[in-house]
Amino acid sequence: MLNQFGSLGRAMLDRLAGIGRAGGVVWQSLVAKPTPVVMFPLLLKQIYFVGVLSLVIIIVSGLFIGMVLGLQGYTILVDYGSEQAVGQMVALSLVRELAPVVTALLFAGRAGSALTAEIGLMKATEQLSSLEMIGVDPLRRIVAPRLWAGFICMPVLAIIFAMVGIWGGALVSIEWLGIFEGSFWSNMQNSVDFSEDVLNGVIKAIVFGIVVTWIAVFQGYDCVPTSEGISQATTRTVVYSSLAVLALDFILTALMFGDL
Amino acid sequence: MRMRWIEIMVGFFMVLGVLALLGLALNVSGLKLSAQQDDYTVHARFENIGGLTSRAKVTLSGVQIGEVKSIKIDTQRLVALVTMDIYSDIDYLSIDSSAKILTAGLLGEQYIGISVGFEEDSLKDGDYIDDTQSALVLEDLIGKFLFNKVNN
Amino acid sequence: MSINNSLESIIDIRGLGFSRGARQIFRHVDMKIPRGKITAIMGPSGTGKTTLLKLIGGQLRPDAGYVKIDGLDVHRISRQQLFTLRERMGMLFQSGALFTDMSVYENVAFPIKVHTELPEDMIRDIVLLKLQAVGLRGARDLMPSELSGGMARRVALARAIALDPDIVMYDEPFTGQDPIAKGVLVNLIRKINQALGHTSIIVSHDIQETMSIADYIYLLSDGQVIASGTPQALLSDKTDQVQQFMQGLPDGPVPFHFSDDDMLEDLCAQEKR
Repeated sequence: MLNQFGSLGRAMLDRLAGIGRAGGVVWQSLVAKPTPVVMFPLLLKQIYFVGVLSLVIIIVSGLFIGMVLGLQGYTILVDYGSEQAVGQMVALSLVRELAPVVTALLFAGRAGSALTAEIGLMKATEQLSSLEMIGVDPLRRIVAPRLWAGFICMPVLAIIFAMVGIWGGALVSIEWLGIFEGSFWSNMQNSVDFSEDVLNGVIKAIVFGIVVTWIAVFQGYDCVPTSEGISQATTRTVVYSSLAVLALDFILTALMFGDL
Repeated sequence: MRMRWIEIMVGFFMVLGVLALLGLALNVSGLKLSAQQDDYTVHARFENIGGLTSRAKVTLSGVQIGEVKSIKIDTQRLVALVTMDIYSDIDYLSIDSSAKILTAGLLGEQYIGISVGFEEDSLKDGDYIDDTQSALVLEDLIGKFLFNKVNN
Repeated sequence: MSINNSLESIIDIRGLGFSRGARQIFRHVDMKIPRGKITAIMGPSGTGKTTLLKLIGGQLRPDAGYVKIDGLDVHRISRQQLFTLRERMGMLFQSGALFTDMSVYENVAFPIKVHTELPEDMIRDIVLLKLQAVGLRGARDLMPSELSGGMARRVALARAIALDPDIVMYDEPFTGQDPIAKGVLVNLIRKINQALGHTSIIVSHDIQETMSIADYIYLLSDGQVIASGTPQALLSDKTDQVQQFMQGLPDGPVPFHFSDDDMLEDLCAQEKR
C-alpha cells in the first residue's frame, strides 16, 4: 500500500520534472542568450517541411469536411424550412471549431510526429551532441526554427482549412442541393462576425499551434535515444497533443463564447 | 536550387494563407473595409426589445440601412435604449419616422424596421425616434389569446 | 598550435564522481592528460568511457570532483565560456554523427562557417585540405547516407579537425570497422596528431590498435583508474585485472557474470514457490 503511494508520488514528480524540462527547452531555444545562429534559411526550410508539405492533407480534408457539413446541415435544416441557413451553419462551425481543432489534430499527426521522430533520431545518432561539441547550441540551431515554424504554420493552415471547407459547403449546397447562391452567402455574412468568430478561430489556431509544436519538439528532444524510445515518443506526441488540443478547445470556447 | 524551390513554395504558402484570411474577412464575415467612415447615430426607446442584439440589422422597406450599435437601459424611464448606426448616405429619414422590432421568419433573428413619416425635416446625428413598437413576444401573444378565450 | 608548452598536462581531472540514477559510474577518478600526446583510455564495455568524454566536453555534470582544461573548470564556467572552450575541442563520435541533411562538404564546412567569418573561397580551401587529409576529397558531394561506415568516420574526423582544435577526442574510433578500415584510421590518427600537434584522447577497447599509437594509457574498471602508464609498462604489469584485460581472458577479477549470487540458489528459488 505504502509502496503504491510512493510510486504514485514518484510518477507525479516525474511528470512535474518533465514539464519543467519542457519549459527549459522553450526558454533556452527562444529567449536565453548564447550563439545566435543565422535563423532565416533554417526557418524557411522548416516552414516548408511543417507547413507547405501539410498543405495537401489540409486542403483535401477541409474540402470534404465542408461538403459533409453542407449535406448534413441541409438534411436537418430542410425539416424546419430554413435550409437557407446552411451557409451560416457551415461557416460558423468551421470558423469557430472545426478549422482550428481538425487542423491541429491533423497537424499533430502529420507534422508533430515527424518533428518528434526527426529530433529523436538526431539525438540517437549523436547529431545533437556533436552540434554541442562543435560549439553550437542544438536548442538554437535545431529546436528554435522548428518551434517558430510550427507557431507560424498552424494558424495559416487553419485559415486555409476554413476557407476551403466553406467553399466545399458552398459547392454542395449551391450546385447540388440547389440553394439560392445569394441567400447562402448573405445569410453567412450576416451571422459571421469578423472579430467575434474569425479572429477567435485564429487565436485558437495560434494556441493549438504553440501547444502541438511544443509537445512534439520536447518529446523528440527528451526521448530515450533508442528505436523503442523514439517510437514511444512519437506516439506520445500524437496522444498528448490531441488530448491537449481537445481540452484547450473547451477552455477557449468557454472563455470566448460562453460569457463566463 | 533546392533552397530556391523552398523559398518559392513558402512564399506561395504564405500568400495562400493571406488570401484565405481575406476570403474569410470579406466573403464569409461580410467585413466592409470602408464600414464605419461617417455613420450617424440615432436613438430609440422600446418597451421590450425581445431578442434584439447588437449588430442586428436596421432596415428600411427590408433594405439594410445600418446596424444596432448598443442596447442599454434608459435609467430615467426604465425602458430599453437602443442606439443605431445609420449609413451616412441615408439622409432622408423624416423626424417622425417610426421604428419596429421585427422577426425574420417565424424563428429567425430580430431586426429593426424603420418606416418613414411625412415631415419635411430629416433625422440628424443624436436624434431620437419617438414612435416605436416593441418586439412581438410570443408568450404575451399566447397569454392574451387564452385570456380572451376564457372571457368569452 | 598549443598555447603554453610549459604546462605539462592540458586536462586535469581530480576526484571525479558521477552516477546515472542509482548506478555509480565513477567513484573517484584522477587523470592528467599530457599535452600534444596521444592518450588512450581503455577498459571493458560499460565502464563509462564515453561518459568520461562527455564529462570532459561539459555535456554532463559530475557529482563530485572537477575537470580542468588549461586551468578552466569545465563545469563552473558560464555557458558562453563553455561554448568558446568547445571551439578548441573536436570530438569524433562513435557513429560519426554526421548531419544527415548536409553533404560531406557542408558537414566539414559547418564548424568553420559557424565560428569564423572567413570568405567562401577560403572555407572551400580549408575543407578540401581537411578532406584530402582523410583521403576523401573526391567524396565531397556525397550525402552521409551514401557513405560506408569507415568513410563516414573519416569524414567525421575531417570535421572534428576542421577548426584545428587543441584537443581531439575519439570515441571508439575502431569499433565495428573491418581490418583495412581500422588500419587506415590508426594511421590517420597518428599522422594527424603528428602533423597538427594537438592532444588526442582515444577511448577504446581495441587493445592492439590502441597500443600501437598511444603514448600513455589509462585503464578504467569499476569506476576508477586501475592502472596507467606507457603501453610497455602496462604489458609488463603483473596485476590480475590488468593482465586479464590485456590478454582478453574471459573470466577473472572482472567477472564474467553480471551478478554474483549463487546460480543454484536462483534455480531452487523457483521450485520453492
